[in-house]
Amino acid sequence: MIRIEHLNKRFKKLQALNDVTATFEKGHVISLIGPNGSGKTTLIKSILGTVKPNSGKIFVDGEQINGDPSYRRNIGYMPQIGRYPDNMKIGHLFSMMKDIRNENEEKLDTDLIVKFNLISLFDKPMRTLSGGTRQKVSAAFAFYFDPQILILDEPTAGLDPLSSEVLKDKILAEKKKDKLVLITSHVLSDLDELATDVMYMQEGKMEFFKPIETIRKETGEMKLGKAIARMMKSRQLGSLWIDEANKIERR
Amino acid sequence: MSRYVLYDIFRSKVIIAYTLFLFIISMSLFRMEENSGKAMLSLLNIVLIVVPLISMVFSTIHYYNSYEFIELMLSQPMSRTRIILSEYAGVAISLIVGYLVGVGIPLLVFSPDATGYAMIGTGCFLTLIFTSIAFWASVKSRDKARGIGFALLLWFYFALIYDGLILLILFTFSDYPLEKLTLLLSALNPIDLGRIFIMLKMDVSALMGYTGALYEDFFGSFRGMIFTMGVMFVWIAVPLFGAVRSFKKKDL
Repeated sequence: MIRIEHLNKRFKKLQALNDVTATFEKGHVISLIGPNGSGKTTLIKSILGTVKPNSGKIFVDGEQINGDPSYRRNIGYMPQIGRYPDNMKIGHLFSMMKDIRNENEEKLDTDLIVKFNLISLFDKPMRTLSGGTRQKVSAAFAFYFDPQILILDEPTAGLDPLSSEVLKDKILAEKKKDKLVLITSHVLSDLDELATDVMYMQEGKMEFFKPIETIRKETGEMKLGKAIARMMKSRQLGSLWIDEANKIERR
Repeated sequence: MSRYVLYDIFRSKVIIAYTLFLFIISMSLFRMEENSGKAMLSLLNIVLIVVPLISMVFSTIHYYNSYEFIELMLSQPMSRTRIILSEYAGVAISLIVGYLVGVGIPLLVFSPDATGYAMIGTGCFLTLIFTSIAFWASVKSRDKARGIGFALLLWFYFALIYDGLILLILFTFSDYPLEKLTLLLSALNPIDLGRIFIMLKMDVSALMGYTGALYEDFFGSFRGMIFTMGVMFVWIAVPLFGAVRSFKKKDL
């Protein structure tokens, strides 16, 4: 569904993406992992068209991205930080997007709005919401138009455990509907249950991109965090980050 | 989308305060001065300073505060041109409404003549122009502090420094006939253009001597009015076009 060919992006001194080539198929949940500043968000933004790569091509559903915004109809995006106009109400946000997309009422997916109980908050202005609630709004919004591709940037950060479970169940349900889900997260135990493939990035390069089963077999570890740490060590990559991540999880 | 941007801005305290401020100033000026001509002159000076300043500062701050929202809108099937123009329309319309309520209504009540209409029109044009300049400045610079600083600097330039420069030129070259040149130079600053345009409607041009007569001759005519409008439109269009162009190429 998404094909990326030799993507390069440079921000002044920093090579944010370095010759990334990958293909993401539908029915897969791909988790993008890597240390901070490794180019995960840049990759996502390139797919969304908010960052313009220096060279390389991106195809979504076989169509190359070239400034025509209509391909984004198929994409639901949940940003890392959701900030909305202060005085806008939650209800307005949803009706505005409905206006813009011109979507049929029955095609809308209100599952998360119901489960997060957002309807009771529809009259609240955005500035009064907590970070977690805003995160819920972002999540509900990404799934709202029932898109074929979901791109979630740190979806569980800031959510309470219960909501985070709700979101995970939702992601699994969408996966069963043969959709493509791209997730970045630092919480590897979350990804354990969700991901079918792992793409590891470091300093703008794609270090590996493998099905999770293969990784488990190669390393003999069931836990994603440990498995990746082992792979890193065998490749002698800077494994500091992954050690830290495991330490946090052990607590 | 601009409908929702408008909805958001109308509820912001800044716009309400701006409207109230303008309203109180213009009401008290008309109330205090016996002679409405004098009140108009004071009001003119306040409008020419405050309207550009607030337009610039508010637009820049609004742009940076909406940054994440603009980013989210970009992930929707909407073109970049449409997004930035909706934001512009939202900000400009709400500032114009603020101006019309704050200054327009008192003017219509106390001075419903050519001068009053000219002042209403000029204020709207200045709002559009400085909002458009502010959008350009903020799209160009990624950093919030730098964007606001740049907008303030531009305001300083147009409101204060520019006049000083003109005076300097006039004094330096006072031996030469400079009337045509000053006419041209005034077109390069929308605030000056607005000031001259309104002053001539006030019949105070006699105070300005020969240059005033020349201005009267030019700006008083239909040709001059078309010229003023044309230059104002260019002042709106060029920065806005620049803003759209750099927004299209930008990484967010």
